[in-house]
Parts: sequence; structure tokens; C-alpha cells
Amino acid sequence: MKTEYHVIIIGGGPAGLAAAVAAYDAGERDILILEREKKTGGILNQCIHNGFGLTRFRESLSGPEYAARYIDEVEKRNIEVWKETTVLSLSADKKVTAISAARGVFTLQARAVVLAMGCRERSRGALNIAGSRPAGIYSAGTAQKYVNMMGYLPGKNVVILGSGDIGLIMARRMTLEGAKVHAVCEIMPYSSGLKRNIAQCLDDFGIPLYLSHTITKIEGKDRVTGVVISEVDAEKRPIAGTERHFDCDTVLFSVGLIPENELTKGAGIALCRGTKGAEVYQNRETLVSGIFACGNVLQVHDLVDFVSEESETAGRAAAEYVRRGAQPRRTVAVKNGKNVTYVLPQRIDKNIGGDVKLFFRVSNTFHNCVIKAECGGKILAKRTKRVAAPGEMETLILKYSDIGGAEEEITVSLEEA
Amino acid sequence: MQIFDVIVIGGGVIGGTVLRELTKYRLNVCLLEKEGDVCMGQSRANSGIVHAGYDAAEGTLKAKFNVAGNKMMFSYARELGVKCEQNGSFVVAFSQEELQTLYALKERGERNGVPFLEVVGAEKLRKYEPNVSSRAVGALYAPTGGTVCPYELTIAAIGNAMDNGAQLFCDFEVHAIEKNGDRFRVATRDGREVAGKLLINCAGLAAGAIANLAGDPSLHIGARKGEYLLLDRESGNLVSRTLFFTPTKAGKGILVSRTVDGNIILGPTAEETQSRLTETSAEGLSAIMRKAQEMCPDVPLYNTITSFAGVRAYSDRHDFIIEESKAVNGLIHCAGIESPGLTSAPAIAQYVAETLVGKHFALEKNASFCGARKSDRFFAELSVEEKNKLIARDPAFGKIVCRCEQVTEGEILHAIKSNPPARNIDAVKRRTRSGMGRCQGGFCQPHIAELIARELDIPLDEVTKSGRGSNLVAEACK
Repeated sequence: MKTEYHVIIIGGGPAGLAAAVAAYDAGERDILILEREKKTGGILNQCIHNGFGLTRFRESLSGPEYAARYIDEVEKRNIEVWKETTVLSLSADKKVTAISAARGVFTLQARAVVLAMGCRERSRGALNIAGSRPAGIYSAGTAQKYVNMMGYLPGKNVVILGSGDIGLIMARRMTLEGAKVHAVCEIMPYSSGLKRNIAQCLDDFGIPLYLSHTITKIEGKDRVTGVVISEVDAEKRPIAGTERHFDCDTVLFSVGLIPENELTKGAGIALCRGTKGAEVYQNRETLVSGIFACGNVLQVHDLVDFVSEESETAGRAAAEYVRRGAQPRRTVAVKNGKNVTYVLPQRIDKNIGGDVKLFFRVSNTFHNCVIKAECGGKILAKRTKRVAAPGEMETLILKYSDIGGAEEEITVSLEEA
Repeated sequence: MQIFDVIVIGGGVIGGTVLRELTKYRLNVCLLEKEGDVCMGQSRANSGIVHAGYDAAEGTLKAKFNVAGNKMMFSYARELGVKCEQNGSFVVAFSQEELQTLYALKERGERNGVPFLEVVGAEKLRKYEPNVSSRAVGALYAPTGGTVCPYELTIAAIGNAMDNGAQLFCDFEVHAIEKNGDRFRVATRDGREVAGKLLINCAGLAAGAIANLAGDPSLHIGARKGEYLLLDRESGNLVSRTLFFTPTKAGKGILVSRTVDGNIILGPTAEETQSRLTETSAEGLSAIMRKAQEMCPDVPLYNTITSFAGVRAYSDRHDFIIEESKAVNGLIHCAGIESPGLTSAPAIAQYVAETLVGKHFALEKNASFCGARKSDRFFAELSVEEKNKLIARDPAFGKIVCRCEQVTEGEILHAIKSNPPARNIDAVKRRTRSGMGRCQGGFCQPHIAELIARELDIPLDEVTKSGRGSNLVAEACK
């Protein structure tokens, strides 16, 4: 068995596939994708609704259709993919240990590694919601798997906590399959989901969205029999007297996604507090030379289109790393300033050419505001926004010509008009 | 109707260890469990502590069996392939008054026969446990304390007993007990029956009700609820040993401990309850968080992966009741087994078999008894060569099903097939740790449901989370 590869990509979802294609197109031929499931495509395979690809392909695709485009590209290029292979550990010197039925436990040496493991859903347990632990409590993605992949309806009377996109999509999906969705509760005063999903998944079906509400108790011994929801105050504490009871047999949680960075941490790569992913340069290289990260393992994206774009950057950079090795750097840090929760990349290497697109999220809903990137009092980029919300990722482009002169850290902030 | 020498009622840690002990002799024994799996009561939701033995008052059964059980536990657990660790414990004092209590505890422990107890100063405590609060002024160090996985222990003891010939009846809720001559007939509501010469009542919260059914109204069992928080293994280095607060009149208070699996466990609360539902409460959980922060100000509560509660039985005697009923000959009670019941279990089981059962039967050794058992979760412990040999023989061991805890399909199938067989999601989880990690089963549960459906040859909508009534899905999509 061949045990050395130029580029090993961990994860064959949208990020890994796009990174592989881009690395190949940049001239690299010795690429291996390791995928734990039976097929590549990742979570897209269970996202049978449409709306994918509007930015990238200017058409509305289902998740499997979007994935198929990249799976075809990978196949066309004859890029090697080992499926049903789970990576167990990664070291800073780029040794990848994995397991599969076909190959047993084995260790490969890579010259460059692309981390593309995606993310997981936050679970009920992480929220400390009081009550019992009966059957019928699912994360929205798990429910989606039961309905879309396995053909089973998890329950018939549903309350959903969290108005993230998967929760909204599942509110519609469960309704279409004959369930009654009684309420979607959102602890924040705004939804973190896309506006179009609120309109198409809730409003069109008359499903009520309770903002500034959370589930304060789950009832039921064997199977869920009901929940209590309460309004919360500005500190997200339940307000006594606002309790409302719903009979239901199912509770779905759509309360955030967490990048799956256990392998990353094992390789000694520090994580950014804002993104919960690795800190990276604009080419998506982490602070461990030759290890790159892209897609939802790096930052949770709103749209798969942006995952593909980011992963192409990482794939190209991995190919270049194999070709040229580590290069000297001239680093300038990028920080989140007022009203901004994180900025990615966290570092810019001035030796890498080209403009730099900054991705970031704002901390609340703002109207008529200005987002800007500054360095030592000088504004490098700015944009006015009619509305900015945490649910929609923001971007600013730094011109290559401006980056060269940046000597201090660059700060991205939002000012209300 | 099947006839046994001894019928054990209750598949918790006491029933399980008693059952296993009995299979060391030439006795025909069975275990009756009302739920769909064993270890469904207080044995599955407790602190998992092997207590040193300084808590209980001198002369009590608690003191006697605790100290004896502590000496047995670690080899006992290891023989059964159950994770345990004799990592010691600290009772932490936050005032001079509490420090005085520690000296009293130390003396009591020494009278109980606990070795190596030592009161240490704040400096030494912090050397051992750097994350303990700077307000701590000293601690009682008990190096013989430790931790064990309570549900693994229970499951392993019952599994091993079954391997040695014991029979398990699940979903067997005792509805009627009749005694004719020297034989008990025990029946469920739907008419299933077994008979036996001796009846051992290890029914936990239901011990009073079982005693009543058998004609002995003397047991009075109360219930106390304890809530817990569990933190991700990532935070497992917060403490290396179990940290207790100094006991006060109000009780032992909560502990901060590292489980044998490397999670941090915080709790329990202690609340009298009538309902016996294992519900957590907002007040309980926030009380745990507050107290945990008193003990370890940097406790990473943001890394909480789950919370749960157990309801524990205690008797109005406030000591263990381990005796033959005065009202009904042949009925043996193991009741009111509250903390330190887990620690005491191996010693209680030995006493029950040798002394209480031994009074009725001339005990002959079972020459074919084999006390060793392999854990369902054994794969990770193997060397790479051993793993590859196994995968070559059975490819299911090359498939990771639970990614957070790295549990293989082979281990899950093993759990479904071996004694006592796992027949639902939580049963598989307690045996293999699948779904116990940071995603809490979000990714692996559907896959495990498919494996259970396949192995038990039932449709997916009959697969349950934890037994009757807890079906995972409502119906097939139309």
C-alpha cells in the first residue's frame, strides 16, 4: 500500500471535493481524499431541498445535485478517494492515521494536509435544558437524516428550538411529511437563519416563530409528551410568568453548528475563539506549516457556494506548498473590532499576492450602518449596509495595493449611522 | 414454569453482583428486571465513586461494607473488564471549622479501617490539584478512593453471571409473589411466572413494594434525586482525583470528579422526591454550577455535553438493610442501598451469597465458573497489530460508527449479541459509549438504529431509545 501522498484531504464533503479539484487544477497529481461515509458529498446528500448553487452556478440545485457537480469533477480527474475511512489522528508533521474495513489501521505521510471535516450540531445537552431525557429529542440534522435518507418520520407533533437554517428547513420538511410544527423558538431577538428560509419555510406554512423564547422544560418519561417555553429577558434568562405549554412528541434542536476540530487540536493547532476553527492566513494555511483548513471546519458558512470558493483557495495553496515548500512570511494580524464577532483570515501574509477577501459576522442586527477595515487610522475598505445581521456573513475586499503598506494590525468594525 | 434455586429481583449493581456471586456455586439462578435492559435505575446515574470509607459511622453496615468493598473493587472491576482507577480523593475544607471536621473524619475513617488517610495543607492540595480554589485551606486525602464506571460494572457482572449460567428476564415487572411451602412463585401482570426457593430483593426504589408483595411490610423506602452535569473529555484535566466538599449537617454536597472515561462529572444535588422521575431542574443545574465554581473557579462549564438525574433509594433506618426477612422465611433483602452502595456491592454480594444464601443451601463451588469478561468496548485498547488482525477477520471492526468516541461497528454488534444483549439505543450506548461524546449521538444514532433493526430483525420504527414506549420514530414516511 502506498503510504506517502503529496496532498491528503480529510473529508469528502463539499469542502474536500472542491479543494481536491483546485489542487489538481493547480498541477498537483498526487492527491488522496479520505471520506468516512460510503459516499462523498457530505451533509449535502441529505439536503434534498433546493437553493444551493445560486451564487456559484446561477441556478437553484438540490444538495445532492450540487455535490454531484463536484463528485463528477473529482472522478473526471481520477483523484483517489478512500471511502468508509475514518481518520483517527493527525500529527503536526502531517502523519495521518486512519481506519477502514478494507485497509485496517494505517498511517500515511502527507506533504500537505487539507482539513475539511465540516461541523456538527450543538446538542440539547450543551444547553442545560431541564427535564427528562425521553425519546423524540433530535438535532435538526439527525431528524433530516431520518426523513430524507431513511424514510422515517421522527414524530408528528413538533416544537423546534433555534431558528438556524437547518431548523427552518426541517420545520417545512416535517410539515410536508404530515407532522404539525407547533412552534419555532429562538432565544435571540432575531433569527440566525437566512431571510429567504424564514419566508419560505415558516411564513408560507403559518408556523409561528417565537423570538426571545426558549424551551425551559422537556417532559415525558419514555417519549416526549410536551415542552414548556418561556420568554427570555435581555440576558437570555427566562422570565417567570411567561411559560407556555405545548403538547408534542418531538423536539428538534437547531442551535448552532460547531466545527469538528478534534483532529486539528490533536495536531497542536490552536483554535480561534470566534470561529472555533483554526487561525489561518488568507491562503487558508494554519499556523502549522503545510496544514490547510477550509469549509465549515474553519468557519461555519451560510452557503455551500462560499464553502466551495474557500476550499478552492485552500486546495490551490496546498498544491503550491508541495511545489515550493514553506516560504518566508510577512504577517499582519486581522482583528475583530466594534460590533464584529470574528474576522477570517486572522492573519494576512503580505508575501502572498492578490487581494484579500475578509469574511466576518456582526454581533447583532444593525440598520443603516458602515462596515470597514482600518489600519492605523487609515480606512482600507468600507461599505454601507442597509441591514446587517449575525445570520448573514459579511465580506470586505482589501486591495493588494493597500495590504503592502499595512504595518499595524487591521481591524474590522461596524459603526451605526 | 421454570424453577430456580434463587431468584434475584432487580438488575442494578446489587442485584447484578449478587447474581454473579451466586453463579460461583452450583445454584440455578435467575434475575428479574422490570425494564427492557439491566441497569436502568440508580446504578446508571450516580457519581461512579469508589469511596474510601470514612463517611459512614463506625459500626454501621455502610462502614463495614464500604471498607471491605473498597478493598475488593479494583481487582473485581478489572477481572470483568470494567474501567476503574484508584486515583484517590480529597475532602476539601474552606474554613478552619471545616478543617476540624476533616480531623474528625480522619479519625472516624481510621476506626472504620481506612488506611493511609492524611490531612494535607492548602499548598500540598494545590500541588496535587492545581485547579482547586485558592480559598481552600486544606483537605483530607484518601489515596484508596477511586472511580469506577457504575453501569459498565453492573452490565459486566450480569453478563458474566449469564456467561456462567444465570438467566435474565427483562421486561419482567413483578406483580405478584406467592409462597407455597418452601417455594416462591413470582408473576408478572401478563401471567409470566418463575418459581424459586429463595428470593433476593435488590429492587432499589421498589424494594419496599416487593417486600410487601411477598408479605413483609417492614421496609420503608424513600427516594432522593441527584442531578449531574457532565463535561466534555476535552476538559478532563480539570481534576485528577475526586474533590468533595466537607460534609455539613445538610449533607455531603456536590463533588467534582473525573470519570474513568475522562469526562468531568459535577453533582449530585440531593432532593427528596415522590415522583421518582429522573428529571433535571433549572434550579438543580444552576446550583451545581455555582458549587462547582466554588470548588474550581475555572471549571469549563461551557464544555457541558449533557445533564442527567438519578433517583436513589434510602431506607428509614438510614443504613443498608442486608438481612433475611423476619416475616418471610427465604426472602432476603438488600434494600436502602444508598451511597456508598456502589463501592460496597462486591462485599455485599459476597456476604449475601456466603452467609445469607449459605444458610439455606450447602454451597458447592461451581468448578466451571469463569470470572473474566471482555468489555464490549475493547477495540481501542488493542495494539495496531491486534486491531488489524481483528479487522481482517471481521471487517465490522474497521468501521467507525460513533466518531466522537471512536466506537466500531464490530463493538456495537458485539454488544447486541453478547450477554446481557443490548436491544435499544441506550443499551448499546451504556455498553460501548456510542453517543456519549460531544455530539451526543447526533451522527451515529440513525446508524445504530439500523444495526439494531437488522440484528433483531425488526422494522426501524420498532427500535427504541430505552425500551417500551420510547420508539425513535413515529412511522415510515408516506
